[in-house]
Amino acid sequence: MSFEPKIIAFLCNWCTYTAADAAGVARMEQPANVDVIRVMCTGRVEPMFVLKAFAEGADGVIVSGCHPPGDCHYTNGNFKTFRRMPLLENLLSQFGIDKGRFHWGWISGAEAPQWAELTRNFTDQVRGLGPLNWKDQIASKED
Amino acid sequence: MDAGRHPNITLLTYSEVAHVSGYVGSYKVAIRKKPRYVNEELCVGCLQCIEGCIYKEAKFSDEFQMGLGKRKPVYLPFPQATPQVVVIDPDRCIQLKTGKCKKTCSDACDRKAIDFEQKEETVEVEVGAIIVSTGFETFDAARLPYYGYGKYPNVYTGLEVERLTSASGPTGGEVVLRDGTHPKSVAIVHCVGSRDENTNRWCSRVCCMYSLKLAHMVKDHTGAQVYNFYIDMRTPGKSYEEFYDKLLGEGVQFIRGRVAEVTDWAVRPEEEGKLVIRVEDTLAGAVRRIPVDMVILSTGLEPQADAAQVATMFGISRSADGFFAEAHPKLRPVETNTEGVFLAGCAQGPRDVPDTVAHAGAAASMTIALLNRGEVTISPTVANVDEKLCSACKTCLSVCPYQAITFSADKNVASVNDALCKGCGTCVATCPAAAITGRHFSDEQIVAQIEGLLREPKTAEGARP
Repeated sequence: MSFEPKIIAFLCNWCTYTAADAAGVARMEQPANVDVIRVMCTGRVEPMFVLKAFAEGADGVIVSGCHPPGDCHYTNGNFKTFRRMPLLENLLSQFGIDKGRFHWGWISGAEAPQWAELTRNFTDQVRGLGPLNWKDQIASKED
Repeated sequence: MDAGRHPNITLLTYSEVAHVSGYVGSYKVAIRKKPRYVNEELCVGCLQCIEGCIYKEAKFSDEFQMGLGKRKPVYLPFPQATPQVVVIDPDRCIQLKTGKCKKTCSDACDRKAIDFEQKEETVEVEVGAIIVSTGFETFDAARLPYYGYGKYPNVYTGLEVERLTSASGPTGGEVVLRDGTHPKSVAIVHCVGSRDENTNRWCSRVCCMYSLKLAHMVKDHTGAQVYNFYIDMRTPGKSYEEFYDKLLGEGVQFIRGRVAEVTDWAVRPEEEGKLVIRVEDTLAGAVRRIPVDMVILSTGLEPQADAAQVATMFGISRSADGFFAEAHPKLRPVETNTEGVFLAGCAQGPRDVPDTVAHAGAAASMTIALLNRGEVTISPTVANVDEKLCSACKTCLSVCPYQAITFSADKNVASVNDALCKGCGTCVATCPAAAITGRHFSDEQIVAQIEGLLREPKTAEGARP
């Protein structure tokens, strides 16, 4: 059986979650690999959540919210994401996690096709990178 | 005008909001009143001061007449100005610039309303709700150099020709070219700064109708041949399509195609001394050159240049086009995501006069309904500070976009105002002591979701679809 990655997506309620909802309503083709966790704003996404997802066995993680500058429902929550995510990206590579396993960006509520495309492309990309097995690695170190 | 006379309405014109604080039901708004150098209580709008001004001739560009007319340093901004009070332009008035003028305007004023000592003042008002209706800006046609605005004198914007057709305009309603002659042929170019990948992608909604109106007025005033160059005619609205039909019957020419260029480069003898419209006529399937005397650019609507600052001040967000975002595009078109702040008119998006009146009426009704209830319902999704864990670092204060977090010096802890908090969770993610919990989106809840989604299925039946 070919490898099917598990991907966790943290989406903001107002933009990308709306886009994902619309993509579903419009019956756009999306892989079943991506599971969505809704947050009110990507500014709520603590780097810990992303690390936790990898540690629990995710092969890829997406963080997506509203387009900067003006799209954010909460005025500037996306800017906080903009500041945190590049730092997190560096941290991940220090942990030995390939940059291709982590995507952060912006998809507005009106961009359902872009969301569907992102899920397809990102799943293909992570599938190409193979299983991460971070969970097992951590477990073996703890033993 | 009626609003100006209403006992329950206070109009603060020539004023700017400087600062907003507070929350729904209790906003404190600081408003900067700019000096008019005229006492509003005393001035009755008799305009004697304008006659008395030391400048015998009006010689400064009149903004209301789109620069086509002239005014004096003391002037009435426009004929129906409310309140009917004159204003003095401090950059033009000799007294205000140098302090050395005979002040003949003051002498002309029987009521002694002119006050050169007037200073800018700030008034603070307490209000329960705010309606933001800051309007729009028209697209600057000079941004599209291939249409020649600012380069060829007889290329006008729609608003300029609107002033020319007006009986109270600079020419008294005569539609004339810069040299004073009447145009024999006029081109109206639609969608300038609208429906364009290079400038603004949206349809400005009003331009088709005002272009038709100008076509009718210009044809009526001058008998000129009028050409409309359009992408699509968009005439939805009560009796709008009928008006379009009427113009088709009047012999106004409609050519479907976006104009490529306006040029004075004559190729054929009949083009000498004229402006030439180069356009692909997409219905005839041919590229055409049409010589005209006057070009009218139907400029679109844009958000105000300072919309970003205004949005930050009132805690409202903007949609991708830069206009203020309503709470829901269909179901909550006048509310914003900040409780007690409403939108009216083109500040939210391009719309015409009847739609603006309806939108404003809706905003007023929503406001009155809110204030009459006497209490507000707020979302339970708010942040909450655990006082035992708070280390008083105040990091949360700096990240909150709504100033919902206050710091109590007595207790040495931060606390969240439930009425102001919108539940975005930024402070929850930021708090280094993990003292803040986002209700319904707590760390435990989100981590449980991560764990649940990634749990290995125990049996084949338990496998995820």
